[in-house]
Amino acid sequence: MLPLFMRSIKFIVGLGFIFVLFLALVGTITGLIKEPPQKTAEEEFHHHPKALALKSDGPLGKFDNQQLQRGFLVYEKVCASCHSLSLVSFRDLQQIGYNEAEVKKIAKDWAVKQPLQDPKAGTWGERDNLPSDRIPKVYYPGTGTPPDLSLMTKARHGGAAYVYSLLTGYEETQPAELLKKFPGAKTPEGSHYNPYFANLNIAMPPPLTSDDQVTYSDGTRATKDQMAKDVAAFLVWTAEPTMQTRHSAGLAVVLFLLIATALGYGAYLSVWRGVKH
Amino acid sequence: MSFPWARHYEPKNALTQWIDSRLPLPRFVYNAVGAGYPVPRNLNYFWNFGVLAGVALVVQLVTGIVLAMHFHSSAAGAFDSINGTIMRDVNAGWFLRFAHANGASMFLLVVYIHIFRGLYYGSYKAPREMVWLIGVVIFLLLMATAFMGYVLPWGQMSFWGAQVITGFFSAIPVVGEWIRVWLLGGYAPDDAALNRFFSLHYLLPFVIAGAVILHIWALHIPGSSNPTGVEVKGEQDTVPFHPYYTAKDGFGVGVFLIVFSTLIFFFPDYLGHPDNYIAANPLSTPAHIVPEWYFWPFYAILRAFTADFIIPAKLWGVLAMFGSILLLFFLPWLDRSPVRSANFRPAYRIAFWVLVLDVLILGYCGGSAATPGVVIASQLTAAYYFAHFLIIVPIISRLERPKPLPNSITEAVLGDKGGSRMTETALSA
Repeated sequence: MLPLFMRSIKFIVGLGFIFVLFLALVGTITGLIKEPPQKTAEEEFHHHPKALALKSDGPLGKFDNQQLQRGFLVYEKVCASCHSLSLVSFRDLQQIGYNEAEVKKIAKDWAVKQPLQDPKAGTWGERDNLPSDRIPKVYYPGTGTPPDLSLMTKARHGGAAYVYSLLTGYEETQPAELLKKFPGAKTPEGSHYNPYFANLNIAMPPPLTSDDQVTYSDGTRATKDQMAKDVAAFLVWTAEPTMQTRHSAGLAVVLFLLIATALGYGAYLSVWRGVKH
Repeated sequence: MSFPWARHYEPKNALTQWIDSRLPLPRFVYNAVGAGYPVPRNLNYFWNFGVLAGVALVVQLVTGIVLAMHFHSSAAGAFDSINGTIMRDVNAGWFLRFAHANGASMFLLVVYIHIFRGLYYGSYKAPREMVWLIGVVIFLLLMATAFMGYVLPWGQMSFWGAQVITGFFSAIPVVGEWIRVWLLGGYAPDDAALNRFFSLHYLLPFVIAGAVILHIWALHIPGSSNPTGVEVKGEQDTVPFHPYYTAKDGFGVGVFLIVFSTLIFFFPDYLGHPDNYIAANPLSTPAHIVPEWYFWPFYAILRAFTADFIIPAKLWGVLAMFGSILLLFFLPWLDRSPVRSANFRPAYRIAFWVLVLDVLILGYCGGSAATPGVVIASQLTAAYYFAHFLIIVPIISRLERPKPLPNSITEAVLGDKGGSRMTETALSA
């Protein structure tokens, strides 16, 4: 009796798992029949990001410093009052073409100051920002904390295209079709309808409200669309300032490896010459 | 062990003779991966993947040790130290970080190919069971190390992944919740959990390195298997590891590094999840908690169990998920066919390819949101997974009529694929 049991234990275990899976399968199918899944408002009305072409796109993309500076200006004048950029240091701005003096001035004039504790009194004051400081955290007194933007283009599907679509995607009123199908999905008080946002209703009011909200120094017309593009491009840079270095290093590395591997293949052929395998 | 015709190490000059008589390490290396190790001459490119896994381990060790010099192991500082300091301020920190993150994927990728190579060519069969058993241990250690490493950046997926995986232990009846709290050092992942994961993530790779030495040691007792599955019968069946397979592996390593570098330099975030670029927030659960791609098949098995039967569904899921890996330990005794290579086992070969497809579908299901369609697909494919190892393979190995085997490796290489002609070596063996 025992040897037979030992020999068939694999079948018992296997059939056991299969039986429980069969029960689960029956449960899933009856659940599906009893309550057919219904699409939610998000599933039906959420839009995928619009197409956006940037110079930094693709495996060999490079940054366009002019655009990054325009994007920084939009960030500084529009976004920075609520959103921090706490992984970026002021000194990093030299990488997008500002000189040392300009960076010093940007840091000094920054509206949010660095907190500073008086070591003797233990009281808190503040001081001006230095180029070595990270861009300070914003403590927002309203409802909810606006997310830090340093990594925003890496932290959302679609990246820069998502940021661009969100900024230009606000709609004054919800589509009539949505309210007809989902009467409960009315945009709550204080939220704003935006089909590019995951749950369609975003707390942030439209930040880019009119053309020429900021003044570009390079002659580019600051349309809403242009500002959204520029700030999206800037946030690609903040998410990975070393991206361009990565691309150019990668080109050299892969070229080197292709040559080395070709030589390696030659060595392999020559070692094995005359040996059938 | 070695074949009688294996070349012997002969120290040529006074220095090497002096070393050899005191610590014969060069002799050891010569016999392990040098000219002193005879290897079947007919190994195909699938035999490169063991060496590639070794290369991946070294890459992970080197990049990991340097990253640990800059990593700040605390719930408050971990995310910033990686995404701020390492990515922006450390010299080539971005390279180390992307190499280490994608290196884990490359490691698991080559290990999966290595395992499926073993399944196809029956490398787990006598006399190589111990090689296989140690290999499964390495695989388990690797999964534990990869999971704990993924927690360290302390992004949203890190945090919620740790929450889900340690939650498995709460499925254990009675003491489960207590064990979970004990493992985490708290009620939710926090500093205590992060620090112990970091400590273990640094320790386990060295344990893996030790297990790899045992794996290779156990392999060198019978010697490498080969695509025909026919044992080596004479000197003409083998070539010395060096220079023949060092040259072939050198080429393989080159191809591996090209793929690896393409990921690091051009698509570093392709295999990652955007949510892990959001700092961990215990108050906000991500819409979909998804592990890294290499855990998808097992995650699908876990989620396939949705029915309570005697024990809760969650415990079934956890048992099945661990069981799906642990059953590999029994494979040498589940498959009793004396023929190793699937090239000569028509029925097993079909079952093998169905299993590959099955695991790929499981992987797809594990990476997708759990809609009813995905759940049904994972229930069917999970059932097939267990059926393959516990029912189909044992039955096939009894009933199958294998094709005639070549008399020797050399005969197979020289073109006589059938079993018609007996070579002199085969007759004398």
